[in-house]
Amino acid sequence: MSTSVLFDVQGPRAKRVTMILNVVAVLLVAALAWVVLQKLGEQGQLEPAKWSALFTERTWGNFLIPGLVSTLQAAALAVVGSVLFGLLFGLGRLSGLWILRAVCTVVVEFFRAVPVLVMMIFFYLGLARTGLVQPSETPFWAVIIALILYNGSVIAELVRSGVYQLPKGQREAGLAVGLTPSQTLRSILLPQALTAMLPSLVSQFVVILKDTALGYIITYPELLASARRLGSGDGNILQTLLLAAVVFMVINSVLTFSAGRLSRLLSYRTSGKTKPLHEAAEGGKTG
Amino acid sequence: MKYGKPMTLAALAATTALTLTACGGNDDGGGESSGGDGGDSVRIGIKYDQPGLGFKDGEEYTGFDVDVAKYVANELGYSEDQIEWVESPSANRENMLSNGQVDMIFATYSITDQRKESVGFAGPYFVAGQDLLVSQDNTDIKGPEDLEGKNLCSVTGSTSAQKIKDEYAGTVNLVEQGGYADCVTMLGSGGVDAVTTDDIILAGLAATDANSGKFKVVGNPFTEEKYGVGIPKDSDRCQAINDAITKMIDDGAWEDAVTKNTEGADYKYNEDLNPPTPDACA
Amino acid sequence: MSDYLSDFASLFSQYDVLGAFWVNIQLTFWAAIGSMVLGSVLALMRISPAASMRAVGAGYVTLIRNTPLTIILVFLVLGVWSQLTISFSDDFNRNFFVYAVIGLSIYHAAFVCEAIRSGVNTVPAGQAEAARAIGLSFLPAARLIIFPQALRGAITPLGNTLIALTKNTTVAAAASVTEISALMKTMIEFRPDVIIAVFLTVALGFVIIVIPVGLLTTWLSQKLAVRR
Repeated sequence: MSTSVLFDVQGPRAKRVTMILNVVAVLLVAALAWVVLQKLGEQGQLEPAKWSALFTERTWGNFLIPGLVSTLQAAALAVVGSVLFGLLFGLGRLSGLWILRAVCTVVVEFFRAVPVLVMMIFFYLGLARTGLVQPSETPFWAVIIALILYNGSVIAELVRSGVYQLPKGQREAGLAVGLTPSQTLRSILLPQALTAMLPSLVSQFVVILKDTALGYIITYPELLASARRLGSGDGNILQTLLLAAVVFMVINSVLTFSAGRLSRLLSYRTSGKTKPLHEAAEGGKTG
Repeated sequence: MKYGKPMTLAALAATTALTLTACGGNDDGGGESSGGDGGDSVRIGIKYDQPGLGFKDGEEYTGFDVDVAKYVANELGYSEDQIEWVESPSANRENMLSNGQVDMIFATYSITDQRKESVGFAGPYFVAGQDLLVSQDNTDIKGPEDLEGKNLCSVTGSTSAQKIKDEYAGTVNLVEQGGYADCVTMLGSGGVDAVTTDDIILAGLAATDANSGKFKVVGNPFTEEKYGVGIPKDSDRCQAINDAITKMIDDGAWEDAVTKNTEGADYKYNEDLNPPTPDACA
Repeated sequence: MSDYLSDFASLFSQYDVLGAFWVNIQLTFWAAIGSMVLGSVLALMRISPAASMRAVGAGYVTLIRNTPLTIILVFLVLGVWSQLTISFSDDFNRNFFVYAVIGLSIYHAAFVCEAIRSGVNTVPAGQAEAARAIGLSFLPAARLIIFPQALRGAITPLGNTLIALTKNTTVAAAASVTEISALMKTMIEFRPDVIIAVFLTVALGFVIIVIPVGLLTTWLSQKLAVRR
C-alpha cells in the first residue's frame, strides 16, 4: 500500500501547524545538543587535540586502514564461504531424500539459533587447543568460521524460500515439457530464485560486515579493534570509536543502497520477488 | 597423466589452503630461522595494544617490554631489524610458544607454576603487582581497603577483575569494560574512582600524551606478578636471556627504560622487589 | 565418559549458568518491549503526513541499522554514563542492566520499524481509502484501521527480530552486564577440559529459547493472517 492514500495532502492550516512543530522540535534538539556539548566540554572531550588527531596520516595509515583491510578481508572470505555453505545446505533442504533434508534442516536451524559471538568465542578458544592453525591466526579463523556457519544458514533459508516463492506455474511448466524434478530445479527454478535473492544477499553482506566488529572481543585486529588501540595510545578512545562508527555507517549505507538499486535492476529478469527481504524479515543480524 | 584429475583437485585444494592461510596475516614468515642463535631473524611476541609496555604504531613498536626485548635480542646477536614482532594476546601465549610460532615472548607474562608446565621462562625482568590508578588530586584511596562504596573499573574476564570479585565482592562497585583505555576514560570523567590492574600497565596508560599528569598510580601493590620471558619448554636460551637481563639492569638501561615509558604517570616501581634477580634456569 | 560427565556437572555448581541465562532472558523481555514501543513510533513517523517526520524516521533507521550494536553499547556506557553522568538506578549493577536494555531497544527499534512498515505494505489501499471516506484523519485511521492489520501482517518479521534480539543480548557484556557469553568465556578460560560441553550447553540453551519463539510466530502468523 502506498502511504500517500493514508492522508490528504496537507492544507494551509496543517502546513502551518507542521511548520511550527518542526521549529519547536529543532529548537528542542538544538537545546539538548547544546547541553550535551557543554557537558562534554566540561569533561575535556572537546579539546581540539583529541579531534584533530583523527585526521592525520598516522591515524589512517597506521591504524584505520590496516583495520579496515582486516575487516574487509574477513568479510570477503565470510561472504564467499557463506554463499557456498548456503547453496549447499539450501539445496540439501530441497532434496528429494528425506534423510538429507532432515540433516540439512537440523544443521541450518541449529546455527541460526546460536549467537555469532558465542560461536566466535568457542572457535577462538577451541581452535587454539587443536593446533590446526597457527595460534596468531586463530582469531581470524574463529571470526570467519562463525560468520560462515551463521550467515550460511541464513542464506540456505534464502535459497529455500526463494525457490518456494516462485510462481507454481514455473515448476509445472518445467515438468510439463518433460524435465525431471531435479532438472526443473536446476535449470528453471534455481536460476530465477538466485536472481530474485541477490538483493537479500547483498543485505546479508551488511550483516556480515557489521558482525566482523564482534571480532574485537576475540582480539581479531579489525576496524573497531584498531580504533580502540589508537584511542588507548592517544587517550581519546571516545573520539576514535566515533570515527570507526562513521566508517562502518558509510560502507554499510553504500551496500544497503546498492541492494535497493540491484532489486529494481533485476526485477524484470525473474518471476520471483526481488525486493530485499530487509534484514528484519530474515532476522539476519547481530552485533 | 593417469592421475591427472585427482592431482589437479589436490593441487587446487592445496592452492586454496595456501591462499586462505595467506589472508590470515603473514605471521609465520621467516620460519627457517627458528633454530640456533645468530640466524637471520628472531620472532618475538609482544602486546600490540598496551601503551607503555607493548604498542604498535605503524611500523614502530614502543614500550617497556619492547625495550627489554630489543636489549635482550641484541645481546643474543640480533640487531633491531632482525627482530620480527608478532602480536601475542594473553589467551594465545602458551600456544604460540608450544607451536614454535615465536622464539620469545615479552608480553606482561607472569611466571606461574601452572604455565611452567607447558612453557619455559627466563627472567623475571620486572616484578609488577596489582595496584590502583586514581586521579592526581585523589587522596583518600591508598589501597584496596579504601575502595568500600567506590566505583572501580577493570577489563571483562581479567584476573584483576576476578581478584576484586573474589576478595572485595559486595563492597566495591565493579564496572567491567572491553579495554583499560575505556576504564581510564571513565576515570577521567569521574564515572569511576579507580582503575585496577598491574601497576606498570596502569603507569603506561597514564603516561600517554593525553593523560599525562592527570592520574597517579597509588603505589601500594597487593599482588606480586613476576614478568618473565616466555620461551619454548625445550629452549636452551634461558641462561643467555638471564645474563642479558642482568647486564641491562647493571648498566642502567633497565632503569632508563622504566622511566622513559612511565613518564608523566607519577609512578615509582616497587623498590623492595625491583630490579629483580633472574631465577636460576632449570 | 562418566568422569567427563561429572566434571561437566561440577561446572553448574561452580558457575551460575542458569542465572546467567536468566539475565539474557530478562534483557530480551525488557528490550522487546522497549524496541516495540520505539519501533512503532518510528513506523508511525515514517508513514506520517509531515515530510520532516518521515525524514527523521528514515534517518534513524538508516543510521542505526548500519552501526554495529557493540559500538552503540560502548557509546552508551562510555559516553552517556561516564561522560554525561546520567544514571538510571541507584543500584550500581542495575544501572548497567538498564543501559544494556536501552542500547538493545535503540538498535532493534530500527528493525521493528521496518517490520511494521512491511506489514503496512500488506494492507490494501482500499482499507485506507475507506477509513478516509468515513472521515477519519491520519492518527485515528492509523490507530484503528491500518496498524491492527499491519501488525498481523508483520508477525513473521517481528518474530525474526525478536529471535535476533534474543541472540544479541550476548553483546550486552560490552555494557558491563554479566550474561551467558561472558560467563562462557570465563568457563572456557578456567575449565578448558570441558570446552565442548560448555559450548553445547550454551548453544542448546539458545536453541531451546529460540526455536519455540520461531514456532510461535509461525503459528501466530498463520492464525492471525488476514484472508485476502
